[in-house]
Amino acid sequence: MRYSFLSLLANAVTGQKLWSAAWRDAKPKPAYDAVIVGGGGHGLATAYYLAKKHGVRNVAVVEKGWIGSGNAGRNTTIIRSNYGLPGNIPFYEWSMKLWEGLERELNYNAMVSQRGILNLYHSDPQRDAYARRGNAMRLHGVDAELLDREQVREMLPFLDFDNARFPIQGGLLHRRGGTARHDGVVWGYARAADRLGVDIVQNCEVTGFIRDGDRIAGVETTLGPIRAGKVGLAVAGNSSRLAAMAGLRLPIESHVLQAFVSEGIKPLIPGVITFGAGHFYVSQSDKGGLVFGGDIDGYNSYAQRGNLPVVEDVCEGGMALMPLIGRLRLLRGWGGIMDMSMDGSPIIDRSPLPGLYLNTGWCYGGFKATPASGWCFAHAIAKDEPHPAAAAYRLDRFATGHLINEKGVGAQPNLH
Amino acid sequence: MRIPCPYCGPRDAHEFTYLGDATVTRPDPAAPDAAAAFHAYAHLRDNPAGPHEELWYHGGGCRGWLRVTRDTLTHAITGARFAADSSVSAPSVAKDPS
Ligand SMILES: Cc1cc2nc3c(=O)[nH]c(=O)nc-3n(C[C@H](O)[C@H](O)[C@H](O)COP(=O)(O)OP(=O)(O)OC[C@H]3O[C@@H](n4cnc5c(N)ncnc54)[C@H](O)[C@@H]3O)c2cc1C
Ligand SMILES: [Zn+2]
Repeated sequence: MRYSFLSLLANAVTGQKLWSAAWRDAKPKPAYDAVIVGGGGHGLATAYYLAKKHGVRNVAVVEKGWIGSGNAGRNTTIIRSNYGLPGNIPFYEWSMKLWEGLERELNYNAMVSQRGILNLYHSDPQRDAYARRGNAMRLHGVDAELLDREQVREMLPFLDFDNARFPIQGGLLHRRGGTARHDGVVWGYARAADRLGVDIVQNCEVTGFIRDGDRIAGVETTLGPIRAGKVGLAVAGNSSRLAAMAGLRLPIESHVLQAFVSEGIKPLIPGVITFGAGHFYVSQSDKGGLVFGGDIDGYNSYAQRGNLPVVEDVCEGGMALMPLIGRLRLLRGWGGIMDMSMDGSPIIDRSPLPGLYLNTGWCYGGFKATPASGWCFAHAIAKDEPHPAAAAYRLDRFATGHLINEKGVGAQPNLH
Repeated sequence: MRIPCPYCGPRDAHEFTYLGDATVTRPDPAAPDAAAAFHAYAHLRDNPAGPHEELWYHGGGCRGWLRVTRDTLTHAITGARFAADSSVSAPSVAKDPS
């Protein structure tokens, strides 16, 4: 059923009984043209664009748990296009353009809310760095405004401007950034892909690969073997494990990132704010809770939970920025496992094994990438060549030296 | 998470800095396959889900480098010793001839 004013009305007068399931709970067929492993936002978007843009409709998405149970349902929902390097800017801007039309495209309310993201600066060098980044963005047609202290004070009077160590001097404002409802994105892509014939197979874990000589010809799963002309991996924090089953080593470490939600309060924070002197970012959900996070825990982890030092560190960052949250109670905290790549940037490419394709290395920032990642990965799978917007995200860049290191910290995943 | 430093005793992970996988060893720059070997050394990782050998620096304590065995699924630590005592080959130091 398409959602419309009429469908709402019809359900309103019939006690909400006419709704049908948003997608079929499919059982796997013995073979597909393409199998996408991982039912997060990236996997589902890939399947959707494969069907929609490339006419490849005999597709399955296999997910070991339920769709959205990974990082797609664990992130702090920030979407933005304020990157600074040439390989990144066109890709993230393409993603932002897709976000801007996503709800109409999917006929689904993903609660995309472009209420702005403000990166605060606290020193002259940091202002210069943000001015440079803002200029790079504007040269690529992305919006960016450098605000001074008084302009920030007008927007967010409750911040601690006179913090003794890190006084706020201004901020880089990216008005088109904001948040989207992460589950809504997953469900929207799942429903739209399902309508194009994609099978979404939940509770189906990939445990190995089927090979025809050198070629990857399908996957072994807990629901039996599934043959496939092409296999795409979009398994976020588990990429190394899946790659190891195929005999590949990746430039990836798995790290945990935590996120937190406070009790609900009245509207306080209009957009997304990031603290430039430490690592802290915060927005307010539509239910009123403050949603925030900071650094990763910093060591390899596959446990979807974090440790206390980072909880303390994140809360200190929050307190330094806005002391008024000091008496708020923390309702929940959780962790997600991300692929931290060796240069902090993603990989969307063919693998060295024919038939196997990689979508990995999203580090902190993969949620905002969801639409463009699906778009470009579908292109790579269907056409066997990189999409122009993702041409920099090649796997061999680590060997050739064409790294995309936004933070310039070297091959240290825990510093990205 | 507490790391049992062989010199200082069990200390909060806060006191340590993480370097990463302790099993990668710096290749010989004079070897014919040095470019490929350095790429693997700098970038490629096993990244196992389970026991992991890793290097931690005890900057908030004895300032020693430790080789720690930690389970990446549970965060449980089953061993910690000084990296210099480990089987990882340390760069050899030329002896003073005198
Ligand atoms: C706490 C936190 C906050 C974040 N905040 C932001 C943010 O504000 N903005 C932003 O842009 N990014 C953010 N990120 C990053 C972002 O969430 C991820 O980069 C992105 O969601 C990863 O892609 P995905 O959605 O497809 O991954 P996932 O949703 O993790 O999808 C991968 C799926 O693969 C499945 N899978 C794994 N192994 C197998 C197997 N063997 N067989 C079958 N299925 C398998 C998993 O169950 C999982 O559902 C955050 C991440 C975390 C953890
Ligand atoms: Zn010590």
